[in-house]
Amino acid sequence: MKPPRFEYLAPVSVEETLGLLGDLGERAKVLAGGQSLVPLLNFRLVRPEHLVDLNGLAELNGIREDDGHLVIGAMTRQRAVERSALVRERCPLLAEAMPQIGHVQIRNRGTVGGSLAHADPAAELPAVVAALDGRLVLRSARGQRVLTSEQFFVAYFTTAAAPAELLVEVRLPMMPPRTGSAFMEISRRHGDFALVGVAATLTLDESGVCTASALALTGVGRTPVVAREAARALVGVRPTAEALAEVGRRVAAAVEPDSDLHASREYRIHLAGVLTRRALARAAERATGAP
Amino acid sequence: MKERVIRVTVNGRPYEQTVEVRRTLADFLRDDLELTGTHLGCEHGVCGACTVVVDGAAVRSCLLFAAQVNGAEIQTVEGLADGETLNPLQEAFREHHGLQCGFCTPGFLMTLTCFLRECPDPSEAEIREAIAGNLCRCTGYKNIVAAARAAARAIAGAT
Repeated sequence: MKPPRFEYLAPVSVEETLGLLGDLGERAKVLAGGQSLVPLLNFRLVRPEHLVDLNGLAELNGIREDDGHLVIGAMTRQRAVERSALVRERCPLLAEAMPQIGHVQIRNRGTVGGSLAHADPAAELPAVVAALDGRLVLRSARGQRVLTSEQFFVAYFTTAAAPAELLVEVRLPMMPPRTGSAFMEISRRHGDFALVGVAATLTLDESGVCTASALALTGVGRTPVVAREAARALVGVRPTAEALAEVGRRVAAAVEPDSDLHASREYRIHLAGVLTRRALARAAERATGAP
Repeated sequence: MKERVIRVTVNGRPYEQTVEVRRTLADFLRDDLELTGTHLGCEHGVCGACTVVVDGAAVRSCLLFAAQVNGAEIQTVEGLADGETLNPLQEAFREHHGLQCGFCTPGFLMTLTCFLRECPDPSEAEIREAIAGNLCRCTGYKNIVAAARAAARAIAGAT
């Protein structure tokens, strides 16, 4: 259980990093918080020739507001996001998802960009970005690309980022007024990867009719799964128990999870329906001002 | 570069060493500095036995490379006691039988060292949440929780 040999590079700027990635291509792997990559190295499931450590890139660390968006640098520690008053105020869905990631020791090192680039379909952050229709900003020596989550997440542990590209930040639109959100997941033990998770948002007009809703699920596909059709069924109606149950049934009918060691396909489908209903109900309560 | 020179402070003592870049912090502490109080269980970030404090934050030392902690201040379990005198957290573990075989104990102590700094008057639920990333196969956690509560009281009483 020791990592294979590699060359270690510790650039001090994004420019320098992009130069290295451009030169090294697939021979290099970037090291963010290391909470997924280092286990893979220890198991020797990955054997990069070069490890490019991003931990010296202070410019990728930070949370800021910009033009109606919450912008989070890729090297921002998950623990910093969890404790950010700005995140709690501007993006409660993200704030609620954060403590459900791993354990505190993991979140002390783990980064936002690392989790997104690792693209585990069971992970929380990809689903949050998908539900909020956030944007992922990639840079290379040749320029910048801004992708939606559906463009970025390609398959299990696979993103659209080219070897020469670096995820530098994620941009999340701030939630409009009278919007509630909820992140719920079921795992076998606290801190384990969730079997299924649901990120839900719901906006009500002044008369209590839903004007917008978004749903993204973890653990039911090769990427975070956006249940756009099911969420759209809520628009124009009141979020009654029956309406929310119907959305849960639609999600359960639409998802195509695989069975694995941890849960059967049938159980995941069941969880997807139940968690959708519960998360939307919580989001609807919060849209009216409940905590 | 397959080797690096690093300077770190461990338990208040400065070190300057050449390390192979693939050396984990855990192996660096145990094999290079001979601080074998930090234990290695799973070596992939699950068990929490190797938890140490780096610049004030509890982290898994099996998931960090020594080359990454250049300039850092590190505290390990060896840094808790004052000579033969246990600190209040260690004393609470002894008093409340918060350990049996002791393998996981250094990780619990370092996790709780950070936690009690951040949350000096924790509820039982908060303690259980805080130690969720540390596995113990002997105690069933009950006495570890009791020890953490007693330590919080002892630390509050002493200050």
